[in-house]
Amino acid sequence: MRDLRRPFGIAALLLVVAATAPLLLSAYDLNLLARFLALALLALGLVLTWGHGGILSLGQGVFFGLGGYALAMHMKLAGLAPGEVPEFMMLSGVESLPWWWAPFAHPAVAIIAIVAVPALVAALFARAVFARGVSGTYFSLITQALALAFATLLVSQQDLTGGFNGLTDFSGVMGLDLNDPGAGRWLYWLTLACLAAGWALVTLLLASRFGTMLRAVRDGENRVRYLGHDAAAYKVVAFAVAGGLAGVAGALFTLHAGVISPALVGVVPSIEMVIWVAIGGRLSLAGAILGTVAVNFARDKVSSAFPELWPYALGALFILVVTLLPGGLAGLRKRA
Amino acid sequence: MTAVGDLLLAVDGVTVDYDGFKALDGFSLTLDKGELRVVIGPNGAGKSTLCDTIIGRVRPSDGRVLFRGQDISRLPVHRIASSGICRKFQAPGVLQTLTVADNLGIAAARSKRLWASFGFGQPAAEAARVADILDRIGLGDRRGAIAGTLAHGEKQWLEIGMVVATDAELLLLDEPTAGMGPAETSRTADLIRGLAGDHSIIVIDHDMSFVEQLAARVTVMHQGRFLMQGSVAEVRSDPRVADVYLGRAA
Repeated sequence: MRDLRRPFGIAALLLVVAATAPLLLSAYDLNLLARFLALALLALGLVLTWGHGGILSLGQGVFFGLGGYALAMHMKLAGLAPGEVPEFMMLSGVESLPWWWAPFAHPAVAIIAIVAVPALVAALFARAVFARGVSGTYFSLITQALALAFATLLVSQQDLTGGFNGLTDFSGVMGLDLNDPGAGRWLYWLTLACLAAGWALVTLLLASRFGTMLRAVRDGENRVRYLGHDAAAYKVVAFAVAGGLAGVAGALFTLHAGVISPALVGVVPSIEMVIWVAIGGRLSLAGAILGTVAVNFARDKVSSAFPELWPYALGALFILVVTLLPGGLAGLRKRA
Repeated sequence: MTAVGDLLLAVDGVTVDYDGFKALDGFSLTLDKGELRVVIGPNGAGKSTLCDTIIGRVRPSDGRVLFRGQDISRLPVHRIASSGICRKFQAPGVLQTLTVADNLGIAAARSKRLWASFGFGQPAAEAARVADILDRIGLGDRRGAIAGTLAHGEKQWLEIGMVVATDAELLLLDEPTAGMGPAETSRTADLIRGLAGDHSIIVIDHDMSFVEQLAARVTVMHQGRFLMQGSVAEVRSDPRVADVYLGRAA
């Protein structure tokens, strides 16, 4: 515990500095930064599962999407009179609210669902896959298939999910008017607070005996099993925590972007998420946050100037990092 | 032979069938509490399959494995391990990125339940046990070293230490001296002899000088079957053993 004082001290200092961003940045840049900090929350989960657990998920977009859709459904329902359905449903001829939509009208249900649904889905999925002894590359491929299936399902159920366009056009959330110019600050601070809490959670997990066990499972799963531990249980918990973090990230991102859609949760975004963490450093929480924010700012600049160039730039960056800098940006510090 | 009450392990007529190839063919073996036993045999005799079967990595198609009188041959791997059987594999299976002390700590953990891992540091009793084992395996001054950076012999000792740290009643050591020089081999023999009594131990090896230094009863396997059992001298002078193993090896 003693050696945690330094990282927590530094983090508190950085948090104070980051909290002043609304005074320094334009509303546009503040919104971008808030989006990227929300994505960084998801990246923390990848450090836990991929960096320390050796479980590479190419489907984090699913859990990101579950959190995002949970909040978006709440926002679509807020302000409707009893018996009314959201506009996109009316246009598709749906006249009464599906039973699984109804609970999201309650703010408390929606908030709990943002964390609980993705965490639970992640836990059940991981339990089922790991119980069959599937791991390594095969696990990654199954997560990618899951992302594909999830996005396809969302697109195909136009009348229930908003289809390809997703859910958008929100007016407010839990008393906050999203069109109010001051709302951006509060959402930024909310995101910062969530990121700080997520960072603290993962830092404590990694410093605890759980963290040691997770690394032990990564180094030699069979060895750990023959020592009498239920190795898969550690992976399931790590995957569920990462799922919960991704869910919160998705909800926050939906607030900042004003939309959640299949294009944000499918295979391609899921792979990009892994690239942010590879570039930042998959063993470092600070590296993952930095990598996520830096890559996404670069994406914003590059793709506004040369839209068709971005995928090549990202791919080249990924190859460079993997071949020259296996520890990512965080690895630079250790070398120095 | 000791009294029946002292029996710890009974491998009872076990057959392991790999698509028609019988790695074990009605093999039986019994082991008493605190006994040190060496199992030898030429390559392919089924020695490693025997270990795999006892720890549940391989399931017998016929026969039973009784540990303290209970049939364990259908239990999941981690349940067999937590009932008191631990195996050291042929290749060193240390946890590469963890420190020597963490490797032993994971093996020594009293509670192997998930929820017990949500805490910091190490219970005093476990820390004391880790310190004791570090001394016994001669790695007292390497406790903070990353296991992946150890020399080959040190990794082998660390893994023997991990097996001991589980406090398992039955230790299975599969070629513990593989890749070791004569000095390291004889140190390993001393270490293992010092563990017998507190633990029952099955050592699998085919280095006869190492087997002699262990000075234990020897079971000889051949083509998945029991061939003979006796002291090192008896095994050495048995013509059947010479035929299948020593003769070919010499």
